[in-house]
Parts: sequence; structure tokens; C-alpha cells
Amino acid sequence: MTAPLLDVRDLHVEFRTREGVARAVNGVDLRLHPGETLAVLGESGCGKSVTAQAIMGILDTPPAHVTGGQVLYQGVDLLRLPENERRKVRANRIAMIFQDALSALNPVYTVGFQLAELFRVHRGTSRGDAKRRAVELLDMVHIPDAKRRVKDYPHQFSGGMRQRVMIAMALALDPEVLIADEPTTALDVTVQAQIMRLLAELQRERNMGLMLITHDMGVVADVADRIAVMYAGKVVEEAPVYDIYARPAHAYTKALLESIPRLDHKGRALNVIRGLPPALTDVPRGCAFHPRCAYAREICRQETPPAYQIAPQRIASCHFVREVLGV
Amino acid sequence: MSDLGELSRTAGKPRSLAGDAWLDLRTRKVFWIAAVLVVVVLVMAIWPSLFTSADPRDCLLARKNAGPTGGAIFGFDFQGCDVYAKTVFGARDSILVAVSATLISGVIGLLVGLAAGYFGGWLDALLSRFIDVMLGIPFLLAAIVLAQRLSSDPQSNGVLAVTVTLGVLGWTTAARVMRSAVLTSKNQDYVAAARMLGAGPGRLMFRHILPNSISPFIVVLTVLLGINIAGEATLSYLGVGLKGDAVSWGIAIAEAGPFVRTAAGPLVWPSVFLAATVLAFIMLGDAVRDAFDPKLR
Amino acid sequence: MFRFIVRRLLQMVVTFFGATFVVYALMFAYVDDPYQALVGDRPITDAQRAALDARFHLDDGFFQQYWHYIRGLLTGDLGETITGRSIGDLLAQAWPVTIRLALLSIVIAAVVAVGAGVLSGIRRGGAFDTVTLVLTLIVLAMPIVVLAPLAQLVLGIQLGWFPPTAGRDAGLYELLLPALVLGSLVIATELRVTRTSVAENLRADYVRTARAKGLAPKRVIGVHVLRNSLIPVITLIGVDIGVLMSGAIVTEGVFNIPGVGFNLFRGIRAEDGPLVVGFVSVLIIVFLVINLIVDLVYAALDPRIRYE
Ligand SMILES: Nc1ncnc2c1ncn2[C@@H]1O[C@H](COP(=O)(O)OP(=O)(O)O)[C@@H](O)[C@H]1O
Ligand code: SF4
Ligand SMILES: [Mg+2]
Repeated sequence: MTAPLLDVRDLHVEFRTREGVARAVNGVDLRLHPGETLAVLGESGCGKSVTAQAIMGILDTPPAHVTGGQVLYQGVDLLRLPENERRKVRANRIAMIFQDALSALNPVYTVGFQLAELFRVHRGTSRGDAKRRAVELLDMVHIPDAKRRVKDYPHQFSGGMRQRVMIAMALALDPEVLIADEPTTALDVTVQAQIMRLLAELQRERNMGLMLITHDMGVVADVADRIAVMYAGKVVEEAPVYDIYARPAHAYTKALLESIPRLDHKGRALNVIRGLPPALTDVPRGCAFHPRCAYAREICRQETPPAYQIAPQRIASCHFVREVLGV
Repeated sequence: MSDLGELSRTAGKPRSLAGDAWLDLRTRKVFWIAAVLVVVVLVMAIWPSLFTSADPRDCLLARKNAGPTGGAIFGFDFQGCDVYAKTVFGARDSILVAVSATLISGVIGLLVGLAAGYFGGWLDALLSRFIDVMLGIPFLLAAIVLAQRLSSDPQSNGVLAVTVTLGVLGWTTAARVMRSAVLTSKNQDYVAAARMLGAGPGRLMFRHILPNSISPFIVVLTVLLGINIAGEATLSYLGVGLKGDAVSWGIAIAEAGPFVRTAAGPLVWPSVFLAATVLAFIMLGDAVRDAFDPKLR
Repeated sequence: MFRFIVRRLLQMVVTFFGATFVVYALMFAYVDDPYQALVGDRPITDAQRAALDARFHLDDGFFQQYWHYIRGLLTGDLGETITGRSIGDLLAQAWPVTIRLALLSIVIAAVVAVGAGVLSGIRRGGAFDTVTLVLTLIVLAMPIVVLAPLAQLVLGIQLGWFPPTAGRDAGLYELLLPALVLGSLVIATELRVTRTSVAENLRADYVRTARAKGLAPKRVIGVHVLRNSLIPVITLIGVDIGVLMSGAIVTEGVFNIPGVGFNLFRGIRAEDGPLVVGFVSVLIIVFLVINLIVDLVYAALDPRIRYE
């Protein structure tokens, strides 16, 4: 396999607040290759968005502090770049779209202004050219009547159209990596499918690396190449999408899959994971999942499970990988 | 399709908003400073003789602009009155007027806000337009007109006139706040539940909606107390407020104005007391609002 | 936008009639002796009585009186004071200096409040923010009757930094101290609203987007945050005009500036009812018109209002 485009190693982020220190990200490892879609999956609050924002370098400090690790983009550690260098990476190299496009767009400027701004600031493009590029971008994401709609404000678009605007904005400067943080969570089901199709289409055309953050397993199956499952600020399992559905290697992943209501299980009680995810101010010792885990034994309470390489592209951090896999 | 978001639910036992707010208040320095100031001023208003044995109306021209002596620690003014005694006694009418005016405004605001928020429809439209009209008149201008008319009786000392003026004109913010608080709590589950159990409008309003809408209202009234103290002083200063045998910080400031070049004390001391009192109520309102509104912590 | 303007204009007309009616009612409704209500407790001559009748139609019913009064107001005929001077002339002489004073204090207040408010909002909890908060609290606690005489005493007389009084032809320098005093009445609230608004907007999602777009902090704040943050401050300015008008009555009195407030101040003290009603009515009209303009600016700044 080619060298990864984006290589996140042992990333740590904590929030220092009045209530204490919340360790939102506790040693995340992720790789993203060109043309690949990596789904990052996990219950809400497990640190997906914080990871993404740490990669972008747009966390608010304070309260957030990146306390360790590396974010390598084409071999360069972004965390060590001076801020003005790093700023050039954003939007040019790595771009991001957010869950709620209405609040993510500035309500008092036209979408045309917000698109053109990218060309004017990063490329020094003239006002007229930037306007023209903005129209092209709206065309690219299939917004009808783009010429007229660049003059509209975000609140004048429907939810799906707004997310298209966000996508256009993210792709304006041809980035190599797109991070999409729950891009369809706020949308209707039919619109969700359209947006996912658009993302997949644009990714194929441009051979981008797409990091798709979601807590919706249904979205993942169709589009992702690989999946990284997060729990309490860590990636606990990483695997090609087919393998994970067929044979999960981590007890948490398995529990997640069992919680999906399925047609062939009709009538049976839904198997929801008991208990709550840990508070990140107070992550349990050992394996963070042990209070909720059906496989947990004494060692899980004492020792953090190492990352086991169980197949060429499969990693799982669980003391009882074999048992979970059933081998 | 499974939504993992639904798996995580937040735990935690419910506590009452007021209880939470009090726990929060207790830890605030600002609250305690304000509370102590307010208590001191209140005591001063009720028992001025605890603070001074002198009579503020016992003035001797022979002592005109004299410096501090004995109990008269702030010296004497141009009429030879004890500035300290005048300042201490000035608290009484100020507080009396401000508290009564705030009560009047509170009752009007409460009723108007409750009615507009609860009944809605044309009543709400009418009351809201009326509030808009009231807000179309700068407060002091309306107060001057009304106070001038009410205080035209030469015999009165103006206490009633100023109280009515401030009370009748100052209820708009309170009403607005009450209205929007009622609108939010009206649609909450417990109100719907009470309604289904057959509670009538009166019971719904006063037993269920009011207790849960009251906190922003109280904050507004606290701040209004400060505004009314300033309002009384301003009207008295302009000559349409307290007069005759009334002793007031506003009157004292107005009287001392022309003589500042010879004696600053008679101007400075009532000013300081007035500002400190207003400050106390503003801080109290701020602290209470912050305690009730966890958003900006 | 056009519909917004029309609706807002209609609303202003309603408020105008409502507000003038309320003021008129405050003055005249249910008075035993309307003459005495106008002139206070001093004796009044027959000539004055006749003049009051001509002006206020005190022998008519209340609503007719209001009608005459409104007609006078709309045709620019404000009548005469108790002492027989034309209120219109008085106003015409008084306006220029008052407008200068008001503009100066609005500019001072806006510059200080927005500048300091943005800085405080960016570094909430920092040293600058803490100091500003304490200062605004102190300023908030000073009613105009405290602020104006004290400022005159300390800054004008004792320290001598500013001229302690200003006359009819006062220049900017003479008006600086009164303008500062007047401006402080609104600085504190404007500053606090700016600060809260900036702090809230900094946490908004669109700021995260702006940063993800690789924009420099200066542009994120100067272009994206500022415009959003100013919206609530603009609405506040409408209310503030009313505060400034009230404040000008005392301030112009203290600093001897023969403007609108000063005349009103003297009118109140002389119990000159016609003057007070006339001036107050004109001030209300000005207040309503300025609020209309503020609302239009507000709509221009916030497209969500414009297109609703
Ligand atoms: N602004 C913040 N202040 C304090 N803690 C935060 C903040 N933002 C996020 N966190 C912490 O980080 C954790 C992970 O958040 P996030 O990455 O947004 O979760 P998700 O996986 O749903 O995207 C949260 O559970 C919370 O404890
Ligand atoms: S390490 Fe232990 S507790 Fe953690 S998932 Fe594996 S079996 Fe469960
Ligand atoms: Mg998230």
C-alpha cells in the first residue's frame, strides 16, 4: 500500500475546565490513504470531532490542549508547524465540513461572498474572478440556478442545499484530504443519501482521502473502505469494512453490531449496550470499556490492552481478541 | 439503521433551579458585597438614628460651610446643615419611594405579562402594542411630565407623586420579561399535564407557570430598584420630585451644585451614597441573573 | 426589504400617535384645573389663561384637545411658553449645540464601547476584561445627577483638565467633558453587550468554519465575528438615544449649555407646562425617527430580518 496521506499517531487532547480535565482524545492512531474513505465510528462524546478539529488545528486553546502525538501530513508533523504555515494547510490541503451547515455558515454574508473569500485570501484572485469561481463551485455540487443563488444568504437554502454549499466551500481549493464530521446527521433520510452520493462522486473524481465521521453504522457500510471504531478517546479497532461486519475483533465493536435492529431478528429484544460511556474526566483504568463489557475479566480492570495486529490491515485493542473473534 | 447517539444518555438527579441558583450564589463574592451594602442601606433607611444623633433639619447659618466637628464628620453645607445627618436621613425617602414604586411596577408588569403570555391572541397583541408605545417615550421624559403634574400640590412633599410616577411608568421591561418567560414555560410538559388534569387558568397561571417563570422577573425587579433610586434622585434634582420637608440625596445634590467651588463635601457625600446604593442593586441583579443563567458561567 | 420598510413605517405612525397620546394624557387627563397643571402653583394672569386656551383648547373635551395639539405638532406650530415666547424659535436656537453634543457623545461612546468590548470579549477573564468590567460597573452605578456634577467638580474645577462650563457657541473642546459624561451613560451597557456578543459569536460554529478555511485571526474577527456581534449593539443604540435625551437635560443644566435639554431643564424648574409638553413631544418624534433609522440599519446588517 502507498504511504499514507495523513498519519495520526498517539494523539492526545485534553480539555482543562473548571470541572476538571477531560481527556477527550487518549492516543488516537489513524491513517488515511489517497482515494480512500475511512469511516470513524463511535458513540457521541467519544472524541471524534475533537480528533478531527485537532487534525485541522482549529480547537479553542484554552480550554483544549493538544498534549501529545503527531499529525503527519505527507510526512510533515502539522503540530510542529508555526501557525502561519499551518494556516496554509487548511482548505488548501486538508478541508473540513461540519454537521450543521446552517450554523457553520456565517448568517450575515452571502454564500457567494463566503466562497469567493477563499480565492481572494489564499490565491489573491480578483473580485470578479472569485465570483465566477464561486458560481462554478455551486454548479459542481449541483445547486440549480447557481448564478442567481450565489447572491443568497445561508438561511435561504434548504438543509441539503446548505450542506452542498459547505462541500463546495471545502473543495474550493482542491484539498487532498476532506474530513466530513457527521455531514448528514442533521438531514432527512432521502437527502442524506443524495449528499453521501455527491461526496462519493467528488471523492472518486479527485482521488481525495475522505475521513467520514459518523455515529450511524448504516451510512458507513455503503461508502467506507475501512472503519476505525473509537471508544473513550481511543481507536479500539481498525479494519476493512467487510471484515468488521463479518467478524468484529473487539468486544465493543461486537456489542455495537448487535445493537443494530435487523429485519431477520424481528421480535427479539434489541440488544443495547448496557451502561453509559465513561465520563472523560474519569476514564476507568485498564480497558475503558470494561464496566460495560461482557467479556471483561480481572486483567481488563488492571491493564490497558495493547493494539494487536490480527491480520494485515486489522488492529484491535482487546485482551480477548480471540474469544471475541470466536477462534 | 442504528443511532449510537441514542445509546448515551446523561444521568444525574434533577435539582430545583432555585436551589441550584442559591448554591451558586453563596459562592459569589459579588453577591455578598451587594447583600451587605443593601442591608446597610435598608437599616439606615429604617433606623437612621442608629447612625447619627443629629437632626438633618437642624441647620444654623452660623455653621455655614464649616468643616467636620464631632458627629458631623462630613462638615456642614451652605445652610449650615449637618451633611452626614442629611446623607443618612436621605436614605429613608429614597428607599421608600424606590421600593414602593418597584412594587407597583412589579404588580403591573406581572399582571400584564401573565395575561399577555398566557391568553395570547388579541389580548397579547393589544398589550404588546401598548408596551411598544410606552417604550416609544424615553422614560425620563414621560416621568417629568407626569411628576410635574402630580406634584403640583404645594402642600405635599412629593413622596406619593414620585412613587406613582416611577411605578406607573416603569413596568414595561418587567412585563416583557414575564411574558416571554410565561410563553416558554406554558408549553412545557408539566403545564400540559396540569391542564389535562383539569386545572383552570387561574390555578395554572399562579401555581404552575408563575413559579417557573419568576426568576428572570425577580432579576428585572432588582435592577429596577436601582433604576428607581436613580430616578427619584433625578426627578428631585430637576425639581419635580421630592420637596418640602423631604430629605433626599437628589435634593442635596441639586442644592449643593451651585456651591461646589466653595464646598465640595455637600455634593460628594450624597453622590457617593447614592451611587453605592445603585451599585448594590445592580450587583445583586447581576449575581442573581448569573446564578439563574448557567449559560455564561 | 421594501415590505419591511413599509411595515416599520406603519408601526412608527401607530407608536407616534400612541406615545403623544400617552404624554398628553399624562399631562391633562382627569385634571381638576388644567391651567394649574400647566403652570404649577403660581398665580396666573388672564392673558396667560387666554393664551393657554388658544393653545390647548382647555375648554374642549379631552379628545378634541389632543386633536388640536397633534395638529399643531404636525404643522410645526408649537405655541408659546408661559412667558409668551415662541417654543418653535426656542427650539431652533437650542438644536445646534445639542446636536453637536449628542453626536460627540455617541461617537465617543461607540468607539470606546465597541473597541473595549471586542477586546474584552476576545480575552474573557483576562486582566483587561476584569478591569473593564469593574469600571463599567462603577459607571453603571452613577446616575447622571451624580456623574455630571462630580465630573464637573473633579475634572473641570479641581484638576482643570477640561473647561468646567460651555456656552452657546461651544466648540468641540468645550463640549468634550459634557459629551464624556453623557456618553458614559450608555458606554457601560454598550460595552457589556458588545463583549457578551463577541464572546458568544467566537464560540459560534461559523467561526470554526472560518478558521477551517485557513483565514487569519484578524480576518476571522474583523470580518466574520464583528459584523455578527454588532447587530445587538446597533439595536441598543435606539434605546440609548432615549437615555442620552434624558441625560442631556441634567448634563446641559450642569454645564450651562443652552441646548434643548437646558431649556427643558429651566422649563421644568419654572413649571412652564407648555414648554415642557412642546419640547417633550418634539423629542419623542426625534426618538421615534432615530429608532426607525436604527431598525433599517439593523435590517441592512442582518439579512435574516430583511428576508423574513
Ligand atoms: N468545549 C469543550 N469543553 C470541554 N469539554 C469538551 C469540549 N468539547 C468537547 N469536549 C469533551 O470532548 C469529548 C468528545 O467530544 P466530541 O469529539 O465532540 O465527541 P463526538 O465523538 O461526539 O464528536 C466530549 O465528551 C467532552 O467531554
Ligand atoms: S479488553 Fe477486556 S474489557 Fe476491554 S473490550 Fe476486551 S474484553 Fe472487554
Ligand atoms: Mg461530534
